[in-house]
Parts: sequence; C-alpha cells; structure tokens
Amino acid sequence: MAKIKSYVRPMQGWWRRNPYFVRYMIRESSSVFLAIYAVILLVGLLRLTQGAAAWDGWLAALASPGSIVFHWLALLAVGYHAYTWWKVAPKTAPDIHIGGQPLPELVITGGGWLATLGASILVYVIVRWM
Amino acid sequence: MADTRTIEIEVLRYNPEQDTEPHFQTFQVPFTHDTSVLQGLQYIKDYLDGSLTFRWSCRMAICGSCGKMVNGVPELSCHTFLRDYYPGKVRIEPLNHFPVQRDLAIDQTDFFNKKLPSVKPYVMPKEERPLSAGTYVQTPGQFHKYYQYSQCINCLLCYAACPQYGLKPEFTGPAALALLHRYNADSRDRGWQERADILNAEDGVWGCTLVGYCSEVCPKGVDPAHAINQNKVNSTMDYFGVLKFLMPRGGS
Amino acid sequence: MKRSHEPIFWSLFGAGGVLSALVAPILIFITGIIAPIGVWMPPQALDYSRVLGFAQHWFGKVLLLAVISLFLFHAVHRIYHGLHDIGVHAGTGAMVAAYGSALLGTLVAAYLLLAIGF
Repeated sequence: MAKIKSYVRPMQGWWRRNPYFVRYMIRESSSVFLAIYAVILLVGLLRLTQGAAAWDGWLAALASPGSIVFHWLALLAVGYHAYTWWKVAPKTAPDIHIGGQPLPELVITGGGWLATLGASILVYVIVRWM
Repeated sequence: MADTRTIEIEVLRYNPEQDTEPHFQTFQVPFTHDTSVLQGLQYIKDYLDGSLTFRWSCRMAICGSCGKMVNGVPELSCHTFLRDYYPGKVRIEPLNHFPVQRDLAIDQTDFFNKKLPSVKPYVMPKEERPLSAGTYVQTPGQFHKYYQYSQCINCLLCYAACPQYGLKPEFTGPAALALLHRYNADSRDRGWQERADILNAEDGVWGCTLVGYCSEVCPKGVDPAHAINQNKVNSTMDYFGVLKFLMPRGGS
Repeated sequence: MKRSHEPIFWSLFGAGGVLSALVAPILIFITGIIAPIGVWMPPQALDYSRVLGFAQHWFGKVLLLAVISLFLFHAVHRIYHGLHDIGVHAGTGAMVAAYGSALLGTLVAAYLLLAIGF
C-alpha cells in the first residue's frame, strides 16, 4: 500500500471543546486555591511564632475584603475538589463483588461525602467549643 | 413516508492526494425515527457523494469499526440516532487523537500494531496444561474479577476521549491498559511480571490523570478508568516492594 | 520501559487529596470566612493564646504539619501535571520547582512548629 499523507489534528484548545473537559480543568485548577491557602496557613504559623501582635496582624489581614473574597472562591474550589475526589475514588478501589453483584460506586462516593460532612462538623465543634 | 424528516449533516472531508488539510462538507439527509448516524453516512455515500469514506461493519455495536466524533463526542455511529440531534445539525468527524487517512477513516496502526500487542494480551499460565487435563475451572467470583474488562471491542472511542493520549500518543492508553488488567486479573494467568514494565512506566498507568471520559464513552461498560487507576495502587505497592505480600499472584 | 517514580509523588498527592477533601472546606470556611466576620464563630476562637496552646501540643503540631505539608504536595502534583494539560512542556526544572517548593514548605512548617516550643 502506498504511503498515505495522513493529517494530524492539533490539540490546541482541546479542553474548551467539550463540557466534560471544562469540568476536568476546573477540578484540576482547584489545586491553585488549595496551594495558596496552604501558604496562608504557613504564614499564619510564622506569625504565631512571632508573638501576639504579629498573630493579630495575620487575623486582621484575614478580615480584609480581598481576603474574604479569596476565601469564598477557595471554598467553592476546594468544595468542588472534595465533591469530585469522592466521585472518582471508587476508580482506585479493587473490584469488589458481593453476592455476584459489583459494589455500587455510590457506597464509596457516598461514604466519602459523609466523611467530609462528619469531619467538617467535628472540626467546627472543636474550634467553636473546645 | 409521512414521518420522514430532513437533517443537516456536516462531514469532515480529507483527500490525502488533493488536500493539504480537512474541510467540512454539508449534506441534507432524510431520516426516520430509527435512522442511525451510520445510516445517514450510508445515505450520503449511496445517493449524494460516493467518494465519502468511512469504516463500518456489523451495524449492531459489536464489531467496533464505526467509531466517529458526533458533535464532538466519540460515538459508535451505528449506535447513535439522527432523531436525537434534530432539529440541530449533526457534525461528523474522524475519531480524535488519531491521524486522519481519508475523510472519516483514521490511522489505527498505533493501537493495533503497537499498544495492543505490547500488553501481552493472552493468558500466561503457570505451566503448560495438557488437553487431557480438561478445561480450566473458575468460580463465579474469579470470573467477575476480569469479565467486564474482557468486553472491549477495540472501537477506540476511549482513545478519542482521552486527552492524555491526544497530548502524548506514547501513552499506552485506556483500552490497552484495561486489557492488560483483564489478563492480570484472570486466575488462570501468572503473567503480572511480564506485563509489569508496561504497567509501571510513565506511559503506563502513570500517564493517566483520571479525566475519566474514557469510561463515560465506552459502549461496552469496560470502565478502563477503573482498570488503570486500581493499578496505580498496585504499581505503587510494587514500587515499595509490598505487592508480593498482599497479592502473591501479583494480579488483581 | 523504565519504571516510573510517580508512586512517590502520587502517594503524597493521594494522602493530601483525602485530607483536603475531608477538612479543607471547613478550615477555609472557619479561618477565612466565619471567624474573621464573627458569624457562627466568635473571633476569640482564633485567639493567640488558644492557637498557641494548640501549636505547642504535640498533637496540634502533627495536625498542622500534616495539613500544610499534604495540602502543598497534593496541589503541586496537580499543578505540575496540569501544565502538561495546557500545553506547557515543563521539564525537570518545573518538577524540581514544584515538589521542591512543597518540600520547602514542609521543612519551614516543621522548623516553625519546633521553634514555637512545647
């Protein structure tokens, strides 16, 4: 067979062409917000070692409008991370069959969502009252 | 017929002997309630433009030949119906991430000549079994461990769905890795070590970022995303040298 | 084919993913929204002496280190691989920068947690 001059289509803009991929990119970019938050916590830890005045300065910065806006966005981003994390978690689990039927993914996913809810309540209670 | 309507089908055309790049051509195609996208293409070839080139065979979603991009989504064209797109138009393109040979026909050799053989897709038993020993015996439990992964019809929709394969064609890819798992998970097989190099490589399971679209588009419920990602765990345990304790056979 | 070293980074990514899926939303909500505003959480909840006590306790140190370190390792792994998704051909330099910064953050956190005393 003679060599065919086949055409290779460019990948540029691939994720914009399908809503499924848009959601995937949103999921992945949630990590940027998580990274920034981790640095905010690290800075807070630094201020903690520097004494009460420095710590109060960090708290004051958290109360600024820019910080509040960032944290609302970060909450949405990280919330989406948590939601999608448990949605895909069953894909890393081995194949489990009970009575010949596969374990429904919702068992693992729902368990994860409940764990997030439970952990959230626990953390809130501890910070608020203990 | 009273219930015949007309839909606009836009098809990507490419003639390697004449064109430097593909272009769209539009056709008006009559259809009824049960006309598949494949039948729409066949109508175009039979009555409107005999040069239109596309692959198909069984017309019943089992041969894996007729995969196409339909409005940007990888579909088996025999399994997708024009009624579901009407009154909008139907845009048909070759499966993504493969070189286009002619019109809707793609170059499949990367999968069939390289990726598929590379995973050693055959049972490698512990020892040769003579005919006199009879058939292998498997419990339903052992069967379930690999059955769904054996349902792959090599239609390549998952490769068209996988952006990681599109970005880096060296990636072994969903169907090949699912098939690799199918054999590792089979109780008759002892070939884990033989397939380990492919599995543990950057272009093995580690080329996957769990986009998950492969499992969404698979017409047979193979769930390649599950095959690959549970093997990230296996690969990790193998990396740290603990797999042999948890899974003496090294498999699923 | 060469064996990939991804398992190391993927394990850290996975641990960070689980931890952040569990507690990142509520931590962001508390520290970044309700405590600063003083709604559903008195601002005193994050008083210097209260948080200092937490950070000086060995268990508090473990939690703080885990949160900061694992959040960072999870995030840099996704960001590094995400560069490939958006067509940026990041080589070894990017890998060192990504995981190196997470390691640096971890070491700084560990140092600060020791410096703050017991």
